[in-house]
Amino acid sequence: MATAAEIEKQAEARETRNRWLLSAPALIIILLAASGPLLIVLIYSFLTPGPYGDVEWKFSTEGWVSVFLERDIFDDTLALATSHLTIFWRSLRLALMATVATLVFGFPTAYFIATRSERTRDVWLFLITIPFWTNLLIRTFAVLQVIRNEGIINTALINLGIVDQPIQMLYTDFAIMVGMVYVYLPLMVLPLYASMEKLDFRLVEAGYDLYASRWQVLRRIIFPLVRPGVVAGSILVFIPAIGAYVTPSVLGGGKNMMFANLIELQFGQGRNWPLGAALSITVMAIVMVALLVYVRNTSGSEVRHG
Amino acid sequence: MAKRFSIRQQTGFTAIATACFVLLYAPILVLVVYAFNESTSVTDWGGFSLRWFVSAWANQQVVDASWRSLKIASSAAIIATIAATMAALATTRTRPYRGLTFKYAFINQPLMVPEIVTGVALLIFFSQIKIASGYTGLGYLIAAHTAFCIPFAYLPIRARLENMDLTLERAAADLYATPWQAFRRVTLPLLWPGIIAGLMLAFVISLDDVVITEFVKSGGQDTLPTYMLGQIRRGITPEVNAISTVFLLLSVVIVTLFFFLSRKRD
Amino acid sequence: MPDTPGRNAIEVRGVRKVYGTGEAQVAALDTVSVSIRENEFFTLLGPSGCGKTTLLRLIAGFDFPSEGEIMLYGQDIAPLPPFKRPVNTVFQSYALFPHMTVAQNIAFGLEMLGKPRAEIDARVAEMLKLVRMEKLAKRRTSQISGGQQQRVALARALAPQPKVLLLDEPLSALDYKLRKEMQIELKRLQHETGITFIFVTHDQEEALTMSDRIAVMSSGKILQVGTAREIYDRPAERFVADFIGETNFLEARIVSVDGGKAKVTLNSGATIAATLPEGFKPDGSATVVIRPEHARAVKDKGDISGVVENVVYFGTDTHVHIKLDDGAIFTVRQQNTRGSAADFERGERVGIVIGDDAAQILKD
Repeated sequence: MATAAEIEKQAEARETRNRWLLSAPALIIILLAASGPLLIVLIYSFLTPGPYGDVEWKFSTEGWVSVFLERDIFDDTLALATSHLTIFWRSLRLALMATVATLVFGFPTAYFIATRSERTRDVWLFLITIPFWTNLLIRTFAVLQVIRNEGIINTALINLGIVDQPIQMLYTDFAIMVGMVYVYLPLMVLPLYASMEKLDFRLVEAGYDLYASRWQVLRRIIFPLVRPGVVAGSILVFIPAIGAYVTPSVLGGGKNMMFANLIELQFGQGRNWPLGAALSITVMAIVMVALLVYVRNTSGSEVRHG
Repeated sequence: MAKRFSIRQQTGFTAIATACFVLLYAPILVLVVYAFNESTSVTDWGGFSLRWFVSAWANQQVVDASWRSLKIASSAAIIATIAATMAALATTRTRPYRGLTFKYAFINQPLMVPEIVTGVALLIFFSQIKIASGYTGLGYLIAAHTAFCIPFAYLPIRARLENMDLTLERAAADLYATPWQAFRRVTLPLLWPGIIAGLMLAFVISLDDVVITEFVKSGGQDTLPTYMLGQIRRGITPEVNAISTVFLLLSVVIVTLFFFLSRKRD
Repeated sequence: MPDTPGRNAIEVRGVRKVYGTGEAQVAALDTVSVSIRENEFFTLLGPSGCGKTTLLRLIAGFDFPSEGEIMLYGQDIAPLPPFKRPVNTVFQSYALFPHMTVAQNIAFGLEMLGKPRAEIDARVAEMLKLVRMEKLAKRRTSQISGGQQQRVALARALAPQPKVLLLDEPLSALDYKLRKEMQIELKRLQHETGITFIFVTHDQEEALTMSDRIAVMSSGKILQVGTAREIYDRPAERFVADFIGETNFLEARIVSVDGGKAKVTLNSGATIAATLPEGFKPDGSATVVIRPEHARAVKDKGDISGVVENVVYFGTDTHVHIKLDDGAIFTVRQQNTRGSAADFERGERVGIVIGDDAAQILKD
């Protein structure tokens, strides 16, 4: 009969095998329908565009080149693809601004919820969660209805006599910004709240006891302590924002494109799959950088709560 | 009575917070109100009416799209929840072992990739399969939805599992339960609220998806959100308001249930 | 406790349990052997980290020994998983199933064993009566008090009539009064059921009052096994002497040895008699331990002398802390009977008389 130590090894091996078997379905599904295909995108970015879309299996770096440069059709010289660069710049700009804006609005909101009494807190959480789970499209559509020329705001302004003409808000960068802030605000609030909930207010008390003003307490005690929530929320907003598709599509019209719209173009009229693939990888790369920043920021600070 | 100094208060925060809540709900409420608007104009109130709900319901495309959405969402949610439950059992309550971080990262990875990138990847991948196999059914959409639903189902199940007392299963084994019996009689009943929460989350996420569905679908395979997107791009119809309201109601119901389940502690 | 030693219910032979590998290896149990008799109330006593809970878990089956055997009535159960061992555990946290009622919890083990429904119901009723919880049978376990949960955990573990019952610090979560009551309860239960109890605790008072025999453990080793009396009066190791009750340590030189006794000379010059631990042959010098209540402080000369540092009054007795000439502190404990003898004052020079049977030599 085997010794107990051998039995232990067998049991351990069996357990490890069971764990792999149990996680297999999830891993396989994700590999096939989410992660695996990403590799294919990389491959496609190095192929040649086919005449009717799709690709020809011939190696080419044109896809990557076209991301940043465009070839003049007459004399084949390369110049900066200004249209692309405008789009990149807009995407980065809007995504960063949306992140900052949601932080500015979300911080007080999360703080407000976290400082409610136990009973009412659940109600407020419930109220902030509902928009979170409401379809992105519906919420963007709601913003559309409000800011369009025949929408609520303009109608009210005209009826009140403040302006004669409707203010053109739709189909501008401003509209996209407003839409993104509106849509992503709950994404910022929830992780912020999670951090603030753990905040030990005795530390705040100590701050006041040591003559700090409200602003100083906020800046030097509260903010550093909830920094993990700030970083998490920022990432949670930035990543969807940089890859936003619905919001710029609906609120920007065809003209104010962001990354995602440019990519979609390549798979539609643009008929340049390799370029679309290359652009996708570029977006992925930006996201990776953001994630690295996140990881560096969180592993550095061990949670100092309680 | 002089106002007491509250250590929790910060200047202006309550005002901004309240403003945020109001501004968050205002557009939605406007939308809902105008869904009941008799007139075709989306800003002039023409009287209370249900005509848009009726016409949306009579619209065959709407019905088809809704049906498709429900089919995809139920299949994806159920498969995703089963896979997520198994994955949660495999990755929680153990000492860190080789491959654990990898598994955890891999399972949550769909959350980290922007939908446009996944959409493109699946478009390319599935188009090849479509050419090779000729199959153009709902399978691709269900597979794609299942994949990104898994992390959403995984999180609440994992949370519930982590909070469960490990000694309970040990007590069961001490009392002659085989591992399978212990799972069935102790682990599973206690895990159930987490599983239901995961299922609901996955269902809502699948229903709501726009981008990935837009890229993966073949012609004529609209789900409700992609149908609405098409309508919005073409121009505004009040029908979209009506559909949105129903959608909204569904979300509210599910979130309420979800909250109930999370608050219920054994 | 049986008068004639019966069979050994549990025999632990050379058990080692190590965690980690190579340099970082840690031995939770370091070659431990002990025999536990049937129908015995046996206690594993030691500070946290001594390995007592590890040993219990090995007996229960939640872990496997790295080396060694664990015999249950002669059969090695070490390779068996816990659901194949006729051994049940009362957990420190009770581990009652929160989604089941009291009765369902108690029935669980029997259900897993596949007993017929009628037998299960009868046994559950019997157990409820045994722990006096009949009225609460249908309650959810999350709705009863800590003391009641304790009793349910006991009933649940006893219901399948295990050969051995393991109790992992079951009373540590209870308040003082409840704990005292439960100690009596547990003794009663052990007597009534005749099941071997293996009890783990870090509370020496608990161990001394409840056990038939005690194993004192430290750092993964069993230092001494014996009855409460034996452990207290005749500690063999420094750790045991220190851990249980209060002791005085004195250095001495061996003068002569005669069977189980020896004559030793203390640093002060006096020669006293001391008892040797079994099978121990001392050389040259040794450490001698004396319990505070086995010595007397006197106004005139004694075996050793010193100056009174402190006199502490405890109601039932008085502790006199005396500083010896070499600097060590010697504590004498006297009962405060009516018309008690001397009253000592700080700074007074006194003598200490050590009784004949008081000194014990340590193995160190």
